[in-house]
Amino acid sequence: MTENGVQPLLSVQGLKTYFPTDEGLVRAVDGLSFDVFEGKTLGIVGESGCGKSTVGRSILGIIDKPGHVEAGSIVWRQNPSDEKSEAIDLAKQVPTGKLMRSIRGNFISLIFQEPMTSFSPVHTIGNQLTEAIRLHRDVSKKESYDSAEELLALVGIPNPRQRLSEYSFQLSGGLRQRAMIAMALSCDPKLLIADEPTTALDVTTQAQILDLLRDLQEKNGMAIILITHNLGVIAEMADDVVVMYLGREAESGPVDDLFHNPQHPYTQGLLRSIPSIYSKGEEKLPSIEGTIPHPFNRPSGCTFRPRCPSFMEGTCDQHVPTFQNIDGTSQGVSCFLHHPPQEVTTNGS
Amino acid sequence: MVAEPEATTSASETPFLEVKNLKKWFPIQKGFLKRTVGHVRAVDDVSFKVMPGETMGLVGESGCGKTTTSRCILRAVNPTSGQVLFNSEERGIVEVTDLKRPQLRELRREMQMIFQDPFGSLNPRMTLLDIVGEPLLVHGMSSRSDRADRVAELLRLVGLRPEYMRRFPHAFSGGERQRIGIARALALNPRLVVADEPVSALDVSVQAQVINLLQDLQESLNLTYLFVAHDLSVVRHISERVAVMYVGKIVEMGPTEDLFNNPKHPYTSALLSSVPVPDPRMRSTRIALQGEVANPANPPSGCYFHPRCSYAVDRCREESPVLEDIGGGRSVACLRVNEIELPGLGDTHSKAPSAGA
Repeated sequence: MTENGVQPLLSVQGLKTYFPTDEGLVRAVDGLSFDVFEGKTLGIVGESGCGKSTVGRSILGIIDKPGHVEAGSIVWRQNPSDEKSEAIDLAKQVPTGKLMRSIRGNFISLIFQEPMTSFSPVHTIGNQLTEAIRLHRDVSKKESYDSAEELLALVGIPNPRQRLSEYSFQLSGGLRQRAMIAMALSCDPKLLIADEPTTALDVTTQAQILDLLRDLQEKNGMAIILITHNLGVIAEMADDVVVMYLGREAESGPVDDLFHNPQHPYTQGLLRSIPSIYSKGEEKLPSIEGTIPHPFNRPSGCTFRPRCPSFMEGTCDQHVPTFQNIDGTSQGVSCFLHHPPQEVTTNGS
Repeated sequence: MVAEPEATTSASETPFLEVKNLKKWFPIQKGFLKRTVGHVRAVDDVSFKVMPGETMGLVGESGCGKTTTSRCILRAVNPTSGQVLFNSEERGIVEVTDLKRPQLRELRREMQMIFQDPFGSLNPRMTLLDIVGEPLLVHGMSSRSDRADRVAELLRLVGLRPEYMRRFPHAFSGGERQRIGIARALALNPRLVVADEPVSALDVSVQAQVINLLQDLQESLNLTYLFVAHDLSVVRHISERVAVMYVGKIVEMGPTEDLFNNPKHPYTSALLSSVPVPDPRMRSTRIALQGEVANPANPPSGCYFHPRCSYAVDRCREESPVLEDIGGGRSVACLRVNEIELPGLGDTHSKAPSAGA
């Protein structure tokens, strides 16, 4: 897929990441497709257990055992503006191989959710930052310290020189997340995967970090995949959005259409159920019935069926909806309300 | 030191709960002899009232002392100084801070707590019958079959099936566990329920269910809530009055609508504008608040908020503001309250978003 002739930086097609466990097969990601373009932010939103973090980890090839990419492709283009530029399928690479190691950190980096646990407590911040820099660039120790200092200044940490010799536990949550971002940016990545970057932070700190990410994106034109459960953060940051439910794409589209004209019953329910800071609050919140099913007992047919207000008997429980674009829009949904099932159904769940 | 916010609530009724100059300072100890070298002023001179049947929201960022305040009220921790007055059904106004253990236990029938973490607050080795029935046992309902009847009733009340009573908590999802926690809190028919971040660990779709449940229960059981949360949208939805805390002090208090639409303290205003709104058309005109929350062990001079405040003047560095009544049931602790105009939700954005379809 292309957008105005521009090829995507990263194109994920039909990604399936499965975890075969003793109790059964967990289909964490079960057929997901999306494109990421240079300088744009793709938001992936979903509730806990929908597989959104696994997507980020699949791209980088750092899925915990026994998980593995079962099917699908993750095509990475180093230079999307050049027609002939080489496209690499990351899903086919050996996760521990040389190529993946050179891509990781260098071209694609990841910001983790907990700034508390993602730094080593026994190495200084400077130590950890320069390690990343020296791994990917041929520079002396002194030069790496200088660029580490620059990075800390770039992400808005006061007294960067002094912070380099401090340990992660000496920094506050917000500063630690900034240091984490500095580390992710150390090699000027083209794609930054931010997995719940602000979930552990307070609202005022969250606002600072989101502003920082936006500024950095403007400065160096990187693409961002923002993974979060917070629809507010998505509305604030993303250009395009993918809504996930139980490993599948429920709906996707440009952020404005998705928030103002949601098509999938799940997206509609989700948007209605969040209390708005603007709402009066006397009336009851419309909520989605039931809870997210356990991964071992996925419902047959459409996985959202037991909670769906527009459940159609004989259709939704018999067939699995496929993800299709809605005609005349740039939105797409997997829902039988929009695309009645075909005669033959494939891949029963 | 602090002016009593006398006129904050309708004067005709006696408050259900009154907190007066509550302080909780945790000592910082150092060295072999554990000498006290300083104090973390977790709660520093907090006063407010809660009227019967209302929901009072307590908001603030992490470390502002909102949880410690709520724990002091229940005497889960003993306050350093100050008074907590509770209007008990049986014995009129009681000073909670002076009670001895047996009387405290009696009083706890009337005040209960819902905890934040639905995974940590339920003992994994106890069945629902034991968990929800434990307060009943402690308060003298010794017959197991009576307890089972009451537990069944409670589970039905919170929307769980009574047949689940013999199961263990691990069999339930986050939202269901939070319902179990609510059932346990309601076991003794309390009148005051302190809910400490009851929905922040839950998924969005489940969060709405639990908020609705809390509101239904308040109506049917005539409960009074002290609702502690950091999520301003949730607080706006559920509470009638709100107190905003910053580094152990209340900086602003008032009816929810007024306070959100027309904040009088720069911190409230900044906090409101930091909340990401689920509407891409309202990408914010936000007030970027610089810096970090002050350290309660070593707070700045004068007004604790002055290093981050864009309205701060020299006076703010020297004088500490006190919480003053400004009429309309509102009180603010800001030296420049009459000099500055602050943006609230009323005017930063002209219209309310139309969330959903």
